[in-house]
Amino acid sequence: MSTPVTAPPALVNFTVDGRPLTAPPGTLLIDACKRAGIEIPAFCYYEGYSLQAACRMCLVEVEKMPKLQTACTLPVSEGMIVRSETEQIAKARKGTLEFLLTNHPLDCPVCDKGGECELQDMVFRYGAGESRFTEIKNHAPERQWSPVVFYDPARCILCYRCVRACNEGMGVGALGVTNRGVVSEIVPNKVDHLDCDECGACIDICPVGALTSNTYRYKTRPWEMQHVGTVCTHCSNGCKTTLGVRNDEIVRGNNRDRSGINGEFLCVKGRYGFDFTANEQRLTSPMIRLNGRLEAVSWSKALGFVAEKFKSVLAAGGRFGVAAGTHLTNEEIYYLAKFTRAGLKSSNIDHQRTGDVVTLIDALGGRQDVLATVEDLYNTKAALVIGSDLSQQHPLLAFQLRADARHHQAKIYTVTPGPVREANYSASSLEAPAGEEFAALDKLTESLKAEKELVILFGDAIKGDRVRQLVAWADGLGIPVKYVCLVDYSNSRGAVDLGATPNLLPGYQPDPAPGLSLDQILNAADLAVFWAVGANPLRGRELAAKQAFVVAQTMFLDETAQRADVVFPSASAYEKNGTVTNVTGQVQRLKAAIRTMGTKTDLEIIGLIAKEMGLATVAGVWTHDAVFKEIHKNVHGYQVPLPLLITGMAAMTQPVNGGVKVDVRVDEIRSAGDTLFTSGELGRYSKLLTSVPEYPGALYKR
Amino acid sequence: MTFSQATEKKLQDIWSRYPEGRKRSAVIPMLMYAQDEVGQVTPEMIAEVARRCEVTPLQVEEVVGYYSMLNKERMGKHHVQICTNIACLLTGGEELWQHAVKRLGIGHKQVTADGLISLEEVECAGACSWAPCVVDGYEYHHHVTIEKLDQLLDSIQKKVQ
Repeated sequence: MSTPVTAPPALVNFTVDGRPLTAPPGTLLIDACKRAGIEIPAFCYYEGYSLQAACRMCLVEVEKMPKLQTACTLPVSEGMIVRSETEQIAKARKGTLEFLLTNHPLDCPVCDKGGECELQDMVFRYGAGESRFTEIKNHAPERQWSPVVFYDPARCILCYRCVRACNEGMGVGALGVTNRGVVSEIVPNKVDHLDCDECGACIDICPVGALTSNTYRYKTRPWEMQHVGTVCTHCSNGCKTTLGVRNDEIVRGNNRDRSGINGEFLCVKGRYGFDFTANEQRLTSPMIRLNGRLEAVSWSKALGFVAEKFKSVLAAGGRFGVAAGTHLTNEEIYYLAKFTRAGLKSSNIDHQRTGDVVTLIDALGGRQDVLATVEDLYNTKAALVIGSDLSQQHPLLAFQLRADARHHQAKIYTVTPGPVREANYSASSLEAPAGEEFAALDKLTESLKAEKELVILFGDAIKGDRVRQLVAWADGLGIPVKYVCLVDYSNSRGAVDLGATPNLLPGYQPDPAPGLSLDQILNAADLAVFWAVGANPLRGRELAAKQAFVVAQTMFLDETAQRADVVFPSASAYEKNGTVTNVTGQVQRLKAAIRTMGTKTDLEIIGLIAKEMGLATVAGVWTHDAVFKEIHKNVHGYQVPLPLLITGMAAMTQPVNGGVKVDVRVDEIRSAGDTLFTSGELGRYSKLLTSVPEYPGALYKR
Repeated sequence: MTFSQATEKKLQDIWSRYPEGRKRSAVIPMLMYAQDEVGQVTPEMIAEVARRCEVTPLQVEEVVGYYSMLNKERMGKHHVQICTNIACLLTGGEELWQHAVKRLGIGHKQVTADGLISLEEVECAGACSWAPCVVDGYEYHHHVTIEKLDQLLDSIQKKVQ
């Protein structure tokens, strides 16, 4: 054992309720107590945001200090003797609560927050059941600020949490406090409505029921729901979202337990964009085209029909083309790729590619530990964003960088084709038209050489040889650099990792007999079968093979389904078990929250087609855990620690170390450019997302 | 939004007193000067001050909402503030207030029909040693009695005639 070079900082010794404790100097008493398991109540204090010291709930007794002290603003000091629960403190807290209750309505029986309200809990603990206040309560009517946010001023206790969450956490600053004293209230940035991200962070963070969401208000009580922790299916960031389910209906999404890589963060899609699952346009029965019209048929009939057709095409040596969805689970992608190659004897399988992960992994050959995790973005000393409006396209990654800049003074650099929100706090934000990024990067070289480390996040502007150029440039900086290749969708990364590309088998092993890419499939005039699994490649595009037999597995009657000969109604990600891999390569577990009658998971549909074709043994068992076991065993990089996954955490994959010499077909890699309010094929079926005034939004506007 | 040369000079002067990154500290004095010229705080003024002080309009809005001397409604040509806080209360501030209300027929933060005078009941104008006090615009009147208040209001009203 070698001696550490720098001595650890001396800890401060202090006593709370007779328990000797230690904490690093500068730690706030409320934090130090929390770490020791001593809860000091507070409304305004919130970990991660600036101090407000407005609520007076965290008062504690400190020896030799004449008055009660606010634990949220008091740093621990040597020899400090603190008492956190005494008669005097209880009296003070009771007094504070009595004051809060002078105007707070006692509508708990109908309030959304009832049952999980911090004010309720505090009154339960400290009393103030009777009031000396006999005047009429100050009341103001409830207001709707957006299709998402409602504000009830009477319930507001002015803790400023929402204001800080919006200013600091989101970097939006859409909420403020106006007026003074008893008539103070929260105001939105546009006088009577909001112009913001509609993320609902203010609603979740509200300790009382002052801010409520349109999707959840007056719908149910917290204790009547089941809470299912799964992964948001809208973008590639992989935020954990806890869905509140009642009677097989999702009524709420949040992540108040701070589990997962995103802590409490969610954007409007993760919190409210779940409503597509209940859209009345959901398909609930298989359909076969009869006399030019899609007619509902039984599962067995549709499966048998497809299997017969597939078998005859296979026997005749016809060409298959498979489009894999980027919202499928890892298991479904792996299983589909395996069945296509082994069962249908074809490598014509591809997905909509949105970032050049393949070239990055090849270019990084010989390096260890160079792919950044979501956590790295919060801890890195410097980060560089190239060609992405991060706050719009990758809201969690942007949130991490914002928090890193706020808490760790990290330096953020951006090179983008237009203005981005990161410019508000970045060390340098350069605008460069697409294609001219490297000229801008050269201007940053000197400043970046002075950094201790760097994480580079790059979008679809950097692909093919430009990825190699970027890596070579970053090597020249002489500092440790990690990378994130930005891709768009919830399992875009899994699709490329697990074989849904025509020239790569799972684990980036080159396919000895490469197949057709998605563009080539769509343009192949002699295609006999086109099979779209959870994908809609025919949106705005034509299938060149007019005679092709088209099978679509989909939730909605989208453009591909409209062209299809057979349509299978598939389950959404919120109705599936399995795993997905996020933009940084972290695997997380999906947990089915609801079931929609008439649908089956894509895994089951593929498995049943294989079975009908008599190829069940080739494809293998179609349960998610059996397939995952196979991935875990066989796919390079997916030997992740299972306890992490089982407990709902994220496990980092370690893809191969270079040597992926395949043609990446650069022209087929393009980001869909989704904003905060659009979500590929899903967004248009979410009534909430399409109802906000900010919809559809635009990139590079602020 | 543009201001008169005199006001613009005042705004520039106050703005230049604060270092880079701390321009937000100039929000209150800038609003005061701008209000003096325009007669009230307008949305355009809020946007302009926000732009100059590098804050969001909402943050300026918060300041305007908080401070009672910043008025979004147009006040009278003479804004008369009468203190009824403790020192003035004990020396007749409340009577002064009642007298002014009765004489002018207007209440707190209201304006006479001719737009000449507005009244405001204020909490401590910082002149307790000379209580009771009445402030007309920026002009202080000390040890005010009902007669002195009448003289003040007379002189304001006479000036116009």
